[in-house]
Amino acid sequence: MITIVRHPIDHDAVLRAVSSHQAGAVLLFLGTTRQFTGEKETTALDYDCYEEMALKQMTRLAEQAKEKWQLQGVAMMHRVGHLELGEASVAIAVSSAHREAAFDAGKWLIDTLKEVVPIWKKENWSDGTTEWVHHGC
Amino acid sequence: MICSVKLFAMAQQRTGQQEIKVTVESPATVDNLKTAISVQFPELGDVLPHCMVAVNTEYASPTDPITESDEIAIIPPVSGG
Repeated sequence: MITIVRHPIDHDAVLRAVSSHQAGAVLLFLGTTRQFTGEKETTALDYDCYEEMALKQMTRLAEQAKEKWQLQGVAMMHRVGHLELGEASVAIAVSSAHREAAFDAGKWLIDTLKEVVPIWKKENWSDGTTEWVHHGC
Repeated sequence: MICSVKLFAMAQQRTGQQEIKVTVESPATVDNLKTAISVQFPELGDVLPHCMVAVNTEYASPTDPITESDEIAIIPPVSGG
């Protein structure tokens, strides 16, 4: 399962997608909306994406991770649109025979997603201003 | 030739447009296109050097060729997750 949604993330569905009797480990990562970044306070986030390209990139990452760590299953769900504090913006689940592969693959998948997948977040700060997050701009 | 270029996030906000039409002399590369955009859409001038360009939903190199029929997008530094 590789998907981009505009509704709250159903992490049970993401877990079910990687369920396997060959797995001895199932790992679920959730990225959630954080209130404070340093001194600045977030009230909400808005996400934009280039959906066609993002799905293609996410599918490629899943295939690469599956091959490298010999995973039983990989599932990635990213939410876009408006998110309130504490809500999950991304869910990544992997299943593998042993836990080391699941931890390593899960970390690589979220780290790499944040580097290459064309999805963007906009901060809604508590002072009423908004700001697209583009590191380096 | 006239290329359609998709915009997202800050690039979309700056122009108020989801897609812009850019006039560029053919044959052209990704780099030629970025130069043309910075002239025709000066409001993107300071953002563009930090952006990647996607051609047909793949990241492209500055020297890659582009044509009118390609699907082209400006990709500002990503911040998903």
